Amino acid sequence: MDRNTLLLFIGIGLLLAIASLIGYLLKRRAGGTENPVIDNLNARINAWWVMVAVIGIAFWLGHTAVVVLFYLVSFFALREFITLTPTRRSDYPALVAAFYFVLPMQYLLVGIGWYGMFAIFIPVYVFLLLPILASLGGDSTRFLERASKVQWGLMIAVFCVSHVPALLTLDIRGYEGRNLLLIAWLVMVVQLSDVLQYVCGKLAGKRKIAPNLSPSKTVEGFVGGVALATAIGAALFWITPFALWQAALIALAVNLLGFFGGIVMSAIKRDRGVKDWGHMIEGHGGMLDRLDSVCFAAPIFFHLVRYWWA
Amino acid sequence: MFERLFAHAITGAARLITGARSLWLGCAPVPTKRIYFANHCSHGDFVLLWASLPPSLRPRTRPVAGADYWQKGAVRRFVINRVFNGVLIDRDRSDPSANPLQPMLDALDLGDSLILFPEGTRNQGDGLLPFKGGLYRLGQARPEVELVPVWIANLNRVMPKGRALPLPLLCTVSFGEPLSIGPAEAKEDFLARAREALLALAPEQA
Repeated sequence: MDRNTLLLFIGIGLLLAIASLIGYLLKRRAGGTENPVIDNLNARINAWWVMVAVIGIAFWLGHTAVVVLFYLVSFFALREFITLTPTRRSDYPALVAAFYFVLPMQYLLVGIGWYGMFAIFIPVYVFLLLPILASLGGDSTRFLERASKVQWGLMIAVFCVSHVPALLTLDIRGYEGRNLLLIAWLVMVVQLSDVLQYVCGKLAGKRKIAPNLSPSKTVEGFVGGVALATAIGAALFWITPFALWQAALIALAVNLLGFFGGIVMSAIKRDRGVKDWGHMIEGHGGMLDRLDSVCFAAPIFFHLVRYWWA
Repeated sequence: MFERLFAHAITGAARLITGARSLWLGCAPVPTKRIYFANHCSHGDFVLLWASLPPSLRPRTRPVAGADYWQKGAVRRFVINRVFNGVLIDRDRSDPSANPLQPMLDALDLGDSLILFPEGTRNQGDGLLPFKGGLYRLGQARPEVELVPVWIANLNRVMPKGRALPLPLLCTVSFGEPLSIGPAEAKEDFLARAREALLALAPEQA
């Protein structure tokens, strides 16, 4: 780990320590009375400690560990997605292929840095392979719907997420050996945008922005969270290959994508009649609840950087 | 010793693959004498239900299984007898004079709880098959035993019949409110009520 990475993690640690302190004070002020909002806030902060620790260990271990970490993240996300998506008995071959072939293959391609393949593997080859596998069962009931759902799950949970570790494959002149910081910047800006939208919404939120799709999101939270996270992304330009104004623009782009990612994934949850994708992260819900914004931001961020910097 | 390791390995694998989540909706996981009755889609059903119980309850909670299937081969016999301490019943009624419920009554009289699949066989479709009468007769013979409906969700997708490789999807095991048989309740009425109570725990099908 180089000096900048270490500084970054110390900064995140301080931020979390402050958050934990605020959570503790709020809890004490509430006294013995049950307050679900404060309890949920503290559960979220505790889960953040764990998530930051896991990412920190992967960074410390190196590139392979980061690829493996996101492989696992994709696995948990895909499993949550397919669990909530009704499939039929005849989808079994397609689902086996999704979990045991497509998922490892995509990360293998990212791991060996074969851009020409990992960028089209799922959108082209798997897109054609899955309906072929689904047709083997001879079951035409809701065929298009079923084939689309498995494809969509793989695009979101595997293809999109894999563009985070894919940042390690970019050769950026003058930025050699520091690509991990690109991942840190992206994940931090997008996640802070989520957190700050939540905080601004809880403190000042009045007008709902998409009441039918995501009832907890407000105009005030959206504007405040995106503006603050964009400012932080710009202020962190020194860990990226970007200039200050470039960092601000890119931060704005990924924050807007992250916001709409949250809305889209929330619409799917509403349609399936659930509040959370899963239960694996205390206070947050499932892996996909924490990841929805990253799913939408990562591929675009990857291509922005690749087009102009690599 | 080996049996306990084996049990840990099996329940550990079941929980790892399915992320098994237990929802105690209608009762608490306490050592009351109970018959857990559940929907049956897969051979993994009783393993997952057993793994969803707290470890302290597992040794005294015994799956009821068909002797015709589990007596075949040394591995099956070892698993059902030594690992899960199962109660084997004679589904073929090879001795017509014997009471087929007797092994279950004996187990209850020893203070054990049972895991029972009242559909009698694995259900390949949605919903539930009609219940067999054993649940009613057991509940009548031992009225102090709590009859707890348990819905196992999604396991039919994890292990479809005739497929070897399980899919790593998430399963939920929901424990409902205990039932007891009314003083004058007829067999058909009770079985229909028990079936409704179990179906009420099922998540909506799409």
